[in-house]
Amino acid sequence: MAEGEKISSNKMLKQAIAFNLFRILSFSVVAILIIILSFITIKGFRAISWEFLTAMPEDGMTKGGIYPAIIGTFYLIAGSMLFAFPIGVLSAIYINEYAKDGFFKRFVKLMTNNLAGIPSIVFGLFGMSLFVNTLGFGDSILAGSLTLGLLTLPVVIRTTEEALKAVDHSFRLGSYALGATKLQTIRRVVLPMSLPNIITGLILSIGRVSGETAPILFTVAAYFLPKLPTSIFDQVMALPYHLYVISTSGTNIEESRPIAYGTALVLIAIVLIVNLLANGLRRYFGNKVKMN
Amino acid sequence: MKRFFRRFIEKFIEGIFFLSSSVTTLTVLLIVVFLFREGMGVFNKTPIEEGFAIALNKNNSVKEISSLDMKNIFDQNITNWKTLGGNNDSIILFRIDDISNYFTDEQLGDSLQYVPKCISSLVDSLTGIIAFIPEKYIDKHFAGRKLPMDKISVGKFLSGKEWFPTAQPASQLGVLPLILGTLWVSLMAILIALPLGLATAIYMAEIASEKVRRILKPLIELLAGIPSVVYGFFGLIVIVPLIQKVFDLPVGETGLAGSIVLGIMALPTIITISEDAIRTTPRAMKEASLALGANKWQTIARVIIPYSMSGITAAAILGIGRAIGETMAVLMVTGNAAVIPHTILEPVRTIPATIAAELGEAPQGGLHYEALFALGCILFILTMATNLLVEYISKKRKYNKQ
Repeated sequence: MAEGEKISSNKMLKQAIAFNLFRILSFSVVAILIIILSFITIKGFRAISWEFLTAMPEDGMTKGGIYPAIIGTFYLIAGSMLFAFPIGVLSAIYINEYAKDGFFKRFVKLMTNNLAGIPSIVFGLFGMSLFVNTLGFGDSILAGSLTLGLLTLPVVIRTTEEALKAVDHSFRLGSYALGATKLQTIRRVVLPMSLPNIITGLILSIGRVSGETAPILFTVAAYFLPKLPTSIFDQVMALPYHLYVISTSGTNIEESRPIAYGTALVLIAIVLIVNLLANGLRRYFGNKVKMN
Repeated sequence: MKRFFRRFIEKFIEGIFFLSSSVTTLTVLLIVVFLFREGMGVFNKTPIEEGFAIALNKNNSVKEISSLDMKNIFDQNITNWKTLGGNNDSIILFRIDDISNYFTDEQLGDSLQYVPKCISSLVDSLTGIIAFIPEKYIDKHFAGRKLPMDKISVGKFLSGKEWFPTAQPASQLGVLPLILGTLWVSLMAILIALPLGLATAIYMAEIASEKVRRILKPLIELLAGIPSVVYGFFGLIVIVPLIQKVFDLPVGETGLAGSIVLGIMALPTIITISEDAIRTTPRAMKEASLALGANKWQTIARVIIPYSMSGITAAAILGIGRAIGETMAVLMVTGNAAVIPHTILEPVRTIPATIAAELGEAPQGGLHYEALFALGCILFILTMATNLLVEYISKKRKYNKQ
């Protein structure tokens, strides 16, 4: 009897040790996140002011604001979404609603996965070679938006696919039974039902696009450009590139530190807002869209 | 008629859907074409700058000079032809700008028309000379010997240990230090991230209450959402000085700093994928283990983890793939020295960081530019291989389950 109890208590002790270890490790992951967020928030908060957000950079970027970088990032988000959103949604509709299970569907899915796995710097090389040089767009919003659009296409396709899959098949059958065609069913039944989840996917990909640096290094980003773009063939400043430049290769790295903290905070804020919005939407509509 | 029209519209729109779905495939193909078209250009060239040539005195017995020796000669690390198996004669460097040291403006002519003749006589008179001159000055009366240069081969490109793309007169294009640097930093990152990520995944899937899980899940997603520049910035401001202080180093920008930052960045990938894998363990298996008297921890260690091993492996490989391709964070914290690392506390340089740092300065279409695209090809192949491996593992997994 005593032997059995010993084994049992030994067993429970091991379990308690393991569980507590796992708990500590898990919370240390959360702690890392909190350290990063609070560090940048506390340091960046001092730099943020209305003027910081709306003024042009001055004095070799040691003074002034980040207005052109914010506007530039906004243009890049808009441009890449104009490209990726329609194509991504149409593509997902084809894969989920039209394509029959078989080689083609598997192939397209494999290629979408592969595209998602290609490093962002390779997108940068590709965008430079195709859009900037071969098609002659030069360093421009157009070239940068297309590069970012291609990069985020797999994200849009995947989230839209999940959203379409979440619509129960019986709704489609009901629609067909009433005499609707496939296209009518998609337009009037499937899309309206999956719209919230598709929008969630869109918001998440905006988060991704806003922070990408490597693809825009050689396709659009300008080092210092204290004016706003006037056409899609202009270069712009962008928040992530701005942060990279002023924290590594500015003329006065120490003096521009506060601006770097401020820029990092704005970037983090965008990501936070995007995530909160997406989570809020998800919760509101009670459906689940998988991230990434 | 109306019905026919409607059917036509349906088909037409289906066609548009179809075209859209082929965009991803098309993009992958275009990336391959453009990357390799630019990158392969490097293998048809000699490492000498285009339009230039190396010439020796015609009595010099040295038949060929490797590009590494070339660099050593022009860096004056090699000063005698004997080192290269030639005559005992000290090496005289001659660059085209040096011509005014030997000849007056008059001798060169008003419109430099006598330059070829002057160079020819100079190469003829100095037995130890090595001349790095524009090819256009070598005419058929040239008295020296033009040195043939080997084209850059794939083998030399991959195994070369020196990366000095802007070295004069011959670029040093050896990518071994970059490949090793990339793998080194990525593997270390996974070693850091795997225990932490796996523990979190197990905790979230099996131990934590639903309430805790609901708090943890969005936080992990948030970790995935932070842009890589912000990680790089954080690494630069916090982790780099910390490493410098703890290990008492001259610089804190080391491979270790890169690995730590990459490890943090790989956490969400590892956690999400291994959690999914752990969750697919059939309930019946877990309950059978519990019914046999095992407690929860024994079930996790002996049933759940072995069952989800392939999924966990996939997570680790995918994490490595992500780490290999990560650019900005690594660029900002690893110090970017293109040498083969011996310890983790030295600066290293990765492939993506090299592309990002140097492409802006490489003239389009030049050797350096093409070499960077060739690096892009290597990166593409590495990440594609990891993706396909993950694809293969997860397919096998599905197959086994059926």
